[in-house]
This record gives sequence, structure tokens and C-alpha cells, in this order.
Amino acid sequence: MNSRWPYYTPLIILGILAFYFAAGLGQNPAKVKSVLINKKVPEFLLPPIEGSLKGFSNSDLKNQVVLVNIFGSWCVSCRIEHPFLMQLKEKKSIPIYGIDWREPDSTAGPKWLEKFGNPYTLIGDDPNSLGAIAFGVTGAPETFIVDKNGIIRFKHLGPITKDNWDETFKPILEDLRKK
Amino acid sequence: MKAIFTIVAILFFPFAALAVDPGEILKDPNLEKRARSISKGLRCVVCQNQSIDDSDAQLARDLRILVRNRIVAGDSDTAVIDYVVSRYGDFVLLKPPIKGVTLVLWFGPIFFTLAGLIGLILFFRRQRIDSKALVQMDNEEINN
Repeated sequence: MNSRWPYYTPLIILGILAFYFAAGLGQNPAKVKSVLINKKVPEFLLPPIEGSLKGFSNSDLKNQVVLVNIFGSWCVSCRIEHPFLMQLKEKKSIPIYGIDWREPDSTAGPKWLEKFGNPYTLIGDDPNSLGAIAFGVTGAPETFIVDKNGIIRFKHLGPITKDNWDETFKPILEDLRKK
Repeated sequence: MKAIFTIVAILFFPFAALAVDPGEILKDPNLEKRARSISKGLRCVVCQNQSIDDSDAQLARDLRILVRNRIVAGDSDTAVIDYVVSRYGDFVLLKPPIKGVTLVLWFGPIFFTLAGLIGLILFFRRQRIDSKALVQMDNEEINN
């Protein structure tokens, strides 16, 4: 019987490979870990949106822990997320900086914010995805936690909700504020 | 007959849908050629199995323009690719680089093919030896 084991090896190897491939099938390819985590915020300089005086650049992100949120008036999930961002603003939980991504025209973003409220400290207009590409964004909304030294500490894909805020954001923010 | 042939030939003609807008194309054909070859190697992060050169996604378009702007600004091909990789990671390269974590990916198939071939050779060799031995045993039995 002992001499038979070589005949089973291909089967065993196949089994192991099948196991890993099957596990891989269940993974979401959209959730690629960002290479920007623990790196300095990349350089970018975005003009203000219409009706606003100040744009948003990487030099605005220092000396405080903040959120950077990529949104657009065309983005349905951003609309879902929006009331929670407004709550954060009302509670003065954390400054939120916005990148207004790929608006169909220059008035769409300001109109949207006027209608639903503006939770952002500063907003940069990003019609050509320069800001989005700087942050390695693949879709909206996406939110980054940037620490006091301007280092990106966390990236969240999709809308922020009360649940994922309490579960993921809060502990990270508390930890960063202690430092 | 000739007409049918022509029609069939036209049907097989690859009408490649070009995602690159005429407006995006650089005036200098050499720079444009470089931009095209870089774009062909960069994954569209929205529609992940297409390159940004093939994709109609708006983010792909903006990335194509970014690639061209950087080429015009005087960046080398590797500098342009490094810029995009530093934001999106190796994942954005359609052809993953050969390094520690990708060794299995690159050389796994060659390894398994060789291992399989060696296994097969050993298997048939042993079978031949076994059958020879069997024939010998049979002969010996007959002789006895």
C-alpha cells in the first residue's frame, strides 16, 4: 500500500488547489487593499466648486484627524450616505473634506449640496478625476481617514452607515486621536 | 460566389471598437504610440478585465488623458506607470510584475507541468520494468 501514494499525489495537489481557487471565487475583486494606506496623502490641487471661494489640496490636510470623502451628485450611494455625513457635521464629530467627482456640469454639485446640505469643510471640484486618481479611487463614495501628519490610515468603499461607523471608523479614530 | 465570399470576409473583419476618442489622441505620433502601449498594460479599475485603452468607462478615459499629459510633460514610460501603480497598486498592471509574492503565479504552471511529466515518465518506466519482470517470471515458470 505504501508504494501507492505517488498515484494519489496529483489528486491531493488538485484538491489543495481547488480549495484555494474556490476560496478565491468568494472574494470580491473590487475590494483591493489600497496601496496608499500608511502613506502620505498624494499631492493634488483642486479648484473650488461653483459658488465657493476655496478649493481643496493636500496641504489642507495637516494637524488634525479628518475624513476625505469622494462623492458626486450623480452617485446614488452618496445620496444614501449623505444624511449620516450631515449628522457627523452636526455632532461636530470630525471635519469632512470633499472631492466632488465628475459632475456632469459645474452647477450639479452645488445644487445637490444646497438641496441636501453641505457637510464638508472644504470641497475640491474634480471633473477630470485628478483628485480621484491621486487617491486611487475606483468608485464613489469612498472615504479615507487621514491622520494629523497627513498620513492615510484607512480607506472605506461604499457609503458610511451608523453600523460601519461604530464598528470600524470609531475605533480607528479614537486610536489616532490618542497619538 | 465572389459576392458571398466578400460578405463573409467582411463579417470576419475585426471592427475593433476603439475606446480612445479622436480628441484624446496626441499630435506627435511617437508620443501617441507610447501612450497607447502604456494604456494597453493598465487595467481599468472599473471594468477590471479591460485595459484602459479598451474601456469606455469615464475613469479609464481620465486615466488615458492623465497618461498622455504626463508623457507630454516629459515623463518616461516607467515614470508614468509607476505613478499609476503608486495610487492603485500592482493590481492595475494587467501583467503582474515578477517578484516574491508573484513567483507562484509565474512559475507555478511550469513547475506543475514538469512535475507531471516527470511523474508520467517514472510511471511508464516502472510499468515497463514491471512487465519485463513479469514476462521473465512467466518464462521461468514455463521453463520450470
